[in-house]
Amino acid sequence: MAQPIEIVEEVIIKFAGDSGDGIQLAGSQFTNNTALTGSDLSTFPDFPAEIRAPLGTLAGVSGFQLRFSSNEIYTPGDACDVLVAMNAAALKSNLNHIKKSGIIILNTDGFDAKNLRLANYQDDENPLDNDSLAAYNVHKIDVTKLTREALKESSLGVKEKDRAKNMFVLGYLYWMYDRKMDTTQRFLTSKFGKKPEVLEANMQALQAGFNFGITVEASASRYRVQKAQLPKGTYRNIQGNTALSYGLITAAQKANIDLFLGSYPITPASDILHELSKHKNFGVTTFQAEDEIAAVSSAIGASYGGKLGITTTSGPGMALKAEAMGLAAMLEIPLVVIDIQRGGPSTGLPTKTEQSDLLQAFYGRNGECPLPIVATSSPSDCFETAIEACRIALRHMTPVILLSDGYIANGAEPWKFPNADSIPALETKLVNNIENIEEYLPYLRDKNLVRSWAIPGMKNLEHRVGGLEKEDISGNVSYDPNNHEHMVKTRQAKIDKIANFIPKVEFIHGDASDDVLVLGWGSTYGVSYSAVEKLRAENKKVAQIHLRHIQPFASNVEEILNSFETVILPELNNGQLSKIIQGTFNKEVIPYNKIKGVPITSNELFEFISTKCT
Amino acid sequence: MSDTTTAPLTAKDFATDQEVRWCPGCGDYSILKQVQTVLPTLDIPKENIVIISGIGCSSRFPYYMNTYGMHSIHGRAPAVASGLKMTRPELSVWIVTGDGDALSIGGNHIIHLLRRNIDVQVLLFNNQIYGLTKGQYSPTSETNKVTKSTPFGSIDNPFNPAALALGADTTFFARSMDRDPKHLQAMLRRSEGHKGSALLEVYQNCNIFNDGAFGMMTDKKTKAGVTLMLEHGKPLVFGAELEKGIRLDGLNPQIVNRADYSDEDLWIHDEQDLAKAQLLARFFDDPREEGALPRPFGVLYAIEKPTYEKQLNDQIELAKEQKGLGDLNELIAGTETWEVK
Ligand code: SF4
Repeated sequence: MAQPIEIVEEVIIKFAGDSGDGIQLAGSQFTNNTALTGSDLSTFPDFPAEIRAPLGTLAGVSGFQLRFSSNEIYTPGDACDVLVAMNAAALKSNLNHIKKSGIIILNTDGFDAKNLRLANYQDDENPLDNDSLAAYNVHKIDVTKLTREALKESSLGVKEKDRAKNMFVLGYLYWMYDRKMDTTQRFLTSKFGKKPEVLEANMQALQAGFNFGITVEASASRYRVQKAQLPKGTYRNIQGNTALSYGLITAAQKANIDLFLGSYPITPASDILHELSKHKNFGVTTFQAEDEIAAVSSAIGASYGGKLGITTTSGPGMALKAEAMGLAAMLEIPLVVIDIQRGGPSTGLPTKTEQSDLLQAFYGRNGECPLPIVATSSPSDCFETAIEACRIALRHMTPVILLSDGYIANGAEPWKFPNADSIPALETKLVNNIENIEEYLPYLRDKNLVRSWAIPGMKNLEHRVGGLEKEDISGNVSYDPNNHEHMVKTRQAKIDKIANFIPKVEFIHGDASDDVLVLGWGSTYGVSYSAVEKLRAENKKVAQIHLRHIQPFASNVEEILNSFETVILPELNNGQLSKIIQGTFNKEVIPYNKIKGVPITSNELFEFISTKCT
Repeated sequence: MSDTTTAPLTAKDFATDQEVRWCPGCGDYSILKQVQTVLPTLDIPKENIVIISGIGCSSRFPYYMNTYGMHSIHGRAPAVASGLKMTRPELSVWIVTGDGDALSIGGNHIIHLLRRNIDVQVLLFNNQIYGLTKGQYSPTSETNKVTKSTPFGSIDNPFNPAALALGADTTFFARSMDRDPKHLQAMLRRSEGHKGSALLEVYQNCNIFNDGAFGMMTDKKTKAGVTLMLEHGKPLVFGAELEKGIRLDGLNPQIVNRADYSDEDLWIHDEQDLAKAQLLARFFDDPREEGALPRPFGVLYAIEKPTYEKQLNDQIELAKEQKGLGDLNELIAGTETWEVK
């Protein structure tokens, strides 16, 4: 007796459990499956820094939030409609995060005396027994027992069987949301193809969860979210770090040179190293260096040899690379430094998001060392931003800093991906008329102040470069005071001139006639979009712009800023872009800062902007 | 221009117009000269030679060589060179470094370079002092050294570069000195000929801050008695008349009179014997001490192992062969897509 399926506009699900419960896997599987239904979606994985944080504790709770909708959406949403809590700690830490009358799916096995104690419940207090959950629609399921039951024929040990619990829950959710399970079945087959028993167990648990929905919980409601009316085209689901990796490969192919990545593992950037390592058939070389400094130095070596040198890291790693980035700036060779920001300073909050390396990107080197900075604003935007960073590095012979953050890196969304053939070629400054050169002058510049790129192997162009100040044009070492000042100003002017090569900023919402401007950069794009959209629906005169280029700024940024009395700047830091805007344009902005390791919610921002609208 | 392309190259072709700025009498001059002498004989196109240095007196080297060159940052030359050699394996890549650059600030990079066995030559100018910063003790300075930063004598134990290199599983270690041009030239050739990371330690006199540090080993009068010139397959012999030999008693090297032993009973040098190389590396006595073992010069150790960049590029070629050249549209689309109409 099939339940009727209720059509809902959108759903926010949060999976929560111990970091060993396979929460991230279940979440990303449900996401990939959701993507293929054509709903718009946005995700927010949120996990503890420890790989296996203490079991059952509040600190050990790993979460994965997914919002999917039949409308276009820009954030993973605020409060959830559905919470999957694998244990007491997962319930406790997320209870204030769920809508009243929302659904809570509980693994009852995770609520024994020990779990309750670890989750800091008072003696004798068990949320399963009292009426503390009365406001919610609770599905109590003994997932552990049912999974073991489903796998009783399997020869796997109990521990291994229990690892399939996440598949049972996933199967149940697939039933609840009226899904086919083929994406996960394919995934399991490719993941466990070489371990038939584990594969079998996961498949059975998945099916058992689905069947459990049909047979036992037949009274529960089932839901379906319709396709979103996204712009026409072909879509896929994409994570930030994956899109970034694809962007880098694309850039190298479009520049017709090989890609070299020198990297040292660091959260949340390592996935780029993993992803690029898979694509050797694109001529990609990846090098896991002995440390952050060797990572960037090896990339400099590769660039010096005529490759597209890239290094990926997070804030602590970029701090270590600073001296070498200065070297690359002096050498004036292409290099892309990718910083997937996380909470800092020092080790800070490795798995939590923050936008707090902007000032480091601006100023974090010795001497006068301006570098172009680009920032990505969403998972799919990473693709284009990566290409843009490479384009500037190659066209303008300079290291470029690309800023992303943990939220974008791990988040996912549908991506209307481009046809690669439509992406324009990237220009390089490689010397191509070697025969006509009498005497090679490495620091002779074109009208954009960019020097040419002669690489080892080019006959008769032998020359020396280095970190010492060099004489203009010849590149010979020079300690001449006037030359030094001239070179400092020339390197600055070279970066400033890049503004002529970047598109003007366009309004995302509204225009210069509005009263309030919401200015943003990086991962606040989605939340600003949602908040401004809602305000405009209430006829508030709020406009939005979002910056991809932060150094140099697009040529019309100042003009836009000056046409607004009120500029609001939300950031996940203590006001870094605010300081830069004030310093650069002498323009007061109203900062909205959040420094909690989690994104700003659209309600928070909506409320804040509302107070500034007259 | 057409002349330079056909005529055989000479040392002059490798010199630049830059004024050499080392102190008069510095051992670096001799090393520069030997490198400029050897390079034209190696049959490597000049444009394929790259010299990468870090920071220090020795690291000015690239500016004086008319090849491609980079004067990078302190200690990081091995990392820069690694990135270059991996992606441009056809180049002849030379690292010029000093004891502070390679073994102090760059210690991490040198050990990893050696263990990976990237095919580069490392010329380690060891003068046992910090010259460019004006005379502080270095990681190879002997203990009790009185310098500006150690007025009461240094208490650090010095690194033994040979032992360190062998500990990092180097595939080649040789030692030479600035004052013996012929030997140095021969060692430069051997280093270049080695397929893999080749560490060549060159004892270099800093006549300003550490004059005579290797005096006994380089001075004609004393040299023969305190140095041991290694030759593969030949017995270990030394002394003014080559009257002394080294014999192995179990694991203990002993100095013996050659008159008392036949050459076959002496230690026969085998470059490929790691255990013996490790013993040789420990010939590190202060030559002034009574009964000190002589300091070995020459190739202590040389074995063949696949290079890092060969294996790396083999993997890339294999991937291209198995998967075919990457197709961007396939990559970007992935396996699961949907249409919005
Ligand atoms: S300080 Fe010493 S090592 Fe440096 S150039 Fe002068 S003599 Fe040579």
